[in-house]
Amino acid sequence: MKRIALLLVLVMVLSIPLTACQSSDNGSTADSDVIKFGVFEPLTGANAAGGAMEIEGIELAQELYPEVLGKKIELVIVDNKSDKVEAANAATKLVDQDKVNAIIGSWGSSFSMAAGPIVMEAGIPAVGTSCTNPLVTLGNDYYFRVTFIDSFQGVVMANYAFTELGATKVAIVQEISNDYSVGLVKFFTDEFVRLTGDPGSILYVANYNTGDQDFTAQLTNIKQLNPDAIFAPGNYSESAMLIKQAKELDIKAPFLGADTWETPEFIDIGGSAVDGAVFSTFFDSQVPLTPESSVFLDAYRAKFNKEPASVTALAYDAYILLVDAIERAGSAEPGKIKEALAATAGFDGAAGVVTLDENGDAVKNAVIKTVKNGEFTYLTTISPQ
Amino acid sequence: MSLNTFMQHLSNGLALGSLYALIAIGYTMVYGILRLINFAHGDIFMISTYIIFYSVTLFLMPWWVAFVVAILLTGAFGILVERLAYRSLRNSPKISVMISAIGASYLIQNLAIVIFGGRPKAFPIPEFFNKVVYVNTISIPVANFFIPGITMAALVILLYIVNKTKTGMAMRAVSRDYEAARLMGINVDTIISITFFMGSILAALGGMMWGIKYPNLIPLMGLMPGLKAFIAAVIGGIGNIKGAVVGGFLLGMSEIMLIAFLPSMTGYRDAFAFVILIVILLIKPSGLLGENLAEKV
Repeated sequence: MKRIALLLVLVMVLSIPLTACQSSDNGSTADSDVIKFGVFEPLTGANAAGGAMEIEGIELAQELYPEVLGKKIELVIVDNKSDKVEAANAATKLVDQDKVNAIIGSWGSSFSMAAGPIVMEAGIPAVGTSCTNPLVTLGNDYYFRVTFIDSFQGVVMANYAFTELGATKVAIVQEISNDYSVGLVKFFTDEFVRLTGDPGSILYVANYNTGDQDFTAQLTNIKQLNPDAIFAPGNYSESAMLIKQAKELDIKAPFLGADTWETPEFIDIGGSAVDGAVFSTFFDSQVPLTPESSVFLDAYRAKFNKEPASVTALAYDAYILLVDAIERAGSAEPGKIKEALAATAGFDGAAGVVTLDENGDAVKNAVIKTVKNGEFTYLTTISPQ
Repeated sequence: MSLNTFMQHLSNGLALGSLYALIAIGYTMVYGILRLINFAHGDIFMISTYIIFYSVTLFLMPWWVAFVVAILLTGAFGILVERLAYRSLRNSPKISVMISAIGASYLIQNLAIVIFGGRPKAFPIPEFFNKVVYVNTISIPVANFFIPGITMAALVILLYIVNKTKTGMAMRAVSRDYEAARLMGINVDTIISITFFMGSILAALGGMMWGIKYPNLIPLMGLMPGLKAFIAAVIGGIGNIKGAVVGGFLLGMSEIMLIAFLPSMTGYRDAFAFVILIVILLIKPSGLLGENLAEKV
């Protein structure tokens, strides 16, 4: 016991000078020749595929628009490790050590929410990519986003379940440790109960944790209730395994989800089981929305030789919106960027026209897609109100 | 809850429990021989699934060849880990070896992130295992028949090797006293390498079965199963191979039953595993089937 205590003390003592010189090394690098965009995304862990797709979009945007106001734009990419605590650390590193002018990110509302207080306190503007939980921007003047929010997305899916599928009884499976999933479930539930006029129309709410692999117990509970549809927004890999296990348990009800499902891994892991799964998302590469969509699609197809995912377009939009805001502000000073961002109206992004409301949220269309023969297939577009 | 639903839960619990048991056997065997908690066990398990993934997708091997290759390579990898991380600390205090084990675990995880990438990969499930058998209204994926079978076979073979063979006798001797075993003409290093080889083969078997059931490969996938298997091993009495199987079944079954009967507690599923552990250690400090030892790490 004594030896462990001694060892711990030793480790602590040794680490003090380490951290101390780290901060003093980086303190003086406020280089004015470059403009730094901090990017924090999940590059490892449960959400790594989402982060990788967004980085593609951001790097593509940088290739097309490498400069603003005659200065080079430098990307400082950090990994938030699909973890709320690490997300806060990553954001702190960006504002304290790297002294970035603005921040882009992240895939996953939980991580953006963890970074929220940090960017607000530091006065560094942040542009969210595909983080859709309303709380990301609410009460935070420095957080903006290029995507619609879950109060809209949840309503879209509830309407789809009720009118298109004719569902009157649904079961819900939520990722309880994920703010995104829990938020969506709330908005879905409210709207679905309003549509059916029956509080009992939500038969069952099952929970799981991020990283869980086995859902057979939850699904067995749902199976005996025989719902018309199952709403299960959550991370793509967990959701894919959830649907696979549901098919193995002979559950025939269709699965509904949301934007996080649109990753190649969802289909790879789920295999033929995810065929027929329906979800809402931001954009479809077959339906270009603005002139910028074509610029983005051409460049993306030329570089990667495949079709981009929605979140790639959103990440691209977050970058070019920042460039546009800096141009409009005529300065790369964080406070001025923030003012310009807040005034964004009618901005042509790759994933649609961006007009930011008083909370800093974009008001735009949602797209509904399904999986058909192992491919994401466009179903319909739904506009707000 | 209808009888059929209950039987379905029971079948699910059995599959999960035997999977935990399979991983726990390897954990507990290494502990039983070396008195070393091999924290890298979960990561060796992870490596085995990646070996299968690359054997099938990159080298286009048929799945059964890939499985044999994975078993051998993972065994060799286990020996390598022992060589690099544990051998030079053979005569050091136990705590140094344990810290080295934690270090090895982190090193393997992070190397895997660098080499394999952070994005998940889909385990190539052999077509044969994708089938589902229906008994009445209870559905049982084919893999669920294999997992308890493999766990039981591994248990029997391992008990035979440890108790009935000369190598097993040497292992038991090494577990009592290195020095005395060496004086009796036992090559301690070879015996320990064999122990790690066998432990890693068990991890590879667990990895295969895990991949078939949960085909989501990420570099940190060994963390939770490793921890659960460790809990299972401790519940059963660490070092005791039969105990690990009992602990694994108990843990898997209680997790499923927790969700079945107390759905609102689902979020505490992982915490529940630790609650079981604490309760059992309070009642029986050496685990369910554990021998009473004075010193425990």
